[in-house]
Amino acid sequence: MGTSAGSHSNSLVYLESVSKIYPTTAGEFYAVQNVTLEVKPGEFFSLLGSSGSGKTTTLRLIGGFEIPEYGQVFIGGEDVTEHPPYRRDVHTVFQSYALFPHLTVAENIAYPLRIAGLSRSNIAPRVQEALRMFRIPELGDRRPSQLSGGQQQRVALARALISRPKVLLLDEPLSALDAKIREEVRQELRELQRQTNLTFIYVTHDQEEALALSDRIAVMHQGRVEQIGTPEDIYTRPESLFVAQFIGKANFLTGQVMQLDAEMAIVMVNGIAVKAVAPKQVPSPGDWVTLMIRPERLQVGQSVKADNQVTGKTASVTYIGQRIESNVDTSLGQLTVTQLGGSATMGQEDVTLTWTAHDCIVIPSPPSSPVSSV
Amino acid sequence: MTISPSVEKSLHPASGNALPRQQAKPWLLASWTLLVYGFLYLPIAVLVLMSFNDSTILSLPFKGITLNWYSMSLGDRAIRLALINSVKVAAMATLLATLFGLLAAFAIYRYRFFGKETFRIALNLPILLPGIVTGVAMLAYFSDLGLDLSLWTVILGHAVFGLPVALGPILTRLSQFPRSLEEAAYDLGANPGQVFTGVIFPYIRSAVIAGALLAFTLSFDEVVVTIFLTGRENTLPMEIWGRLRTNITPEIAAVATLVLLISTAIVLFSQWLTSREAT
Repeated sequence: MGTSAGSHSNSLVYLESVSKIYPTTAGEFYAVQNVTLEVKPGEFFSLLGSSGSGKTTTLRLIGGFEIPEYGQVFIGGEDVTEHPPYRRDVHTVFQSYALFPHLTVAENIAYPLRIAGLSRSNIAPRVQEALRMFRIPELGDRRPSQLSGGQQQRVALARALISRPKVLLLDEPLSALDAKIREEVRQELRELQRQTNLTFIYVTHDQEEALALSDRIAVMHQGRVEQIGTPEDIYTRPESLFVAQFIGKANFLTGQVMQLDAEMAIVMVNGIAVKAVAPKQVPSPGDWVTLMIRPERLQVGQSVKADNQVTGKTASVTYIGQRIESNVDTSLGQLTVTQLGGSATMGQEDVTLTWTAHDCIVIPSPPSSPVSSV
Repeated sequence: MTISPSVEKSLHPASGNALPRQQAKPWLLASWTLLVYGFLYLPIAVLVLMSFNDSTILSLPFKGITLNWYSMSLGDRAIRLALINSVKVAAMATLLATLFGLLAAFAIYRYRFFGKETFRIALNLPILLPGIVTGVAMLAYFSDLGLDLSLWTVILGHAVFGLPVALGPILTRLSQFPRSLEEAAYDLGANPGQVFTGVIFPYIRSAVIAGALLAFTLSFDEVVVTIFLTGRENTLPMEIWGRLRTNITPEIAAVATLVLLISTAIVLFSQWLTSREAT
């Protein structure tokens, strides 16, 4: 049993160039393709993507329900690539909760301890403690079928955590809950993770959930990891067009790089020079790139701090409660601007929009369709 | 089509001037139903009735109520032995049928293999084939093997047609088993053996019992296959059959009524078990 993940000694879970392939009638389908990621101890790590992006398959590779065709899986420095689930110190909260219908709540929670061969006298107090901790002390004798969705979820969490695994895997645990409870449980999950200082790996298709909960997020698309970073990184500095379009709303402009240094880039868009932050993967002058500006980063009215300025005519205004969203026709194309309701200065026909170079992100490789506003 | 309020009102029975529409000649359907059920169950009812008839021959008219035939049949040594043999045979055949039915159900549920559909159909052949075919085939096979006919050959014969009977409910229940339960158990540290005993078996237990009970009742009153495979010892249906040809007394009716009672009870119990956990 080698600990060849030596260079990643501070990572708890480490996937090295992992690929999962399913045979299809048309050949091979890569559910997960060449994914490398590491999760540090105590981290709340999310796999974010739409359905079919490979996020759940990645989770199942960590849990041991799938064995990758290529690559290796390390947990706690040990190569567990081919270990069955019961030989991994990892527990899963399933999307369906997968509570055992023939056992009571208390018996469900006790299951991992019973399997581990603990005596009844050792198990009982720990189950009681777990029931208290998850604020369901009165439910111990019930059957899963008698519980609400939120209660079932607590039982699933308690059962997965009672034997204190190194890592907890959560497969869209909130998707089966009502919108109202979902937010509440989301808060509880975050607090639980902070309190226990356990490592959570969390699969979701809900970007808001991922941004609110995670220390770091891996955005997945078509079996590949598009970007790994903090929620702020992902939102403010997307490294690919997919990430920029997937997370939040944004204005996209297509242009050609004119000038470039270590920090700044000047990009020509429709004959107008736009100052932007240079990307990590530096393009060379003459390359076509996409610029991304978040709608809330556009300022209405003159500003001395701004690096960029454009004038335009208001095409439409939408009131969305606390926000106001306006579309402005400019010589760069139509730009979407959001403002807080209180500071609304839209309404006048002619407006000036300004933004800093810092809020204008250069994304290599232009989109197939030139200017699009998502 | 729209109905104006006034028309709708006049159609309503509460409005007084119209009667609710009635089904044409409901007594026709009712009497037809009665006739069919009578045809099916009257002979059985007559048999039960005659088991209480205070008359020495198995026929009507009814002369009075007696429990003599019951005490006589229960006191009859040959019938007692035959009953014990039947229980032995049914119990052993059920055990074999259920065990192999369980294994087969698992193979079908869990694995994908070449010829799976053929395998499924082949397993069900014994209930599709006439008993006489199964009986002759097994008789020829056993004599080729040099096996003497005994209760054991009967047990094997009954196990063969009991297998698909036991398999049915088990397979149905297994196909409803959520795979995530199995994964959850593995995930929480259970090895394959523990997953089976702790999670899968409790889920299918009622179906296993129901299947076993059905196999038991079928074996308990089986005649056709038994005729070919039995040796010197008789099962209860064979004993009844044998007596019918010599002396027909209401004692037979009493025994038959007892068999009917036991079989019905078992079938109802197995139905109740499957329906209870079907949801």
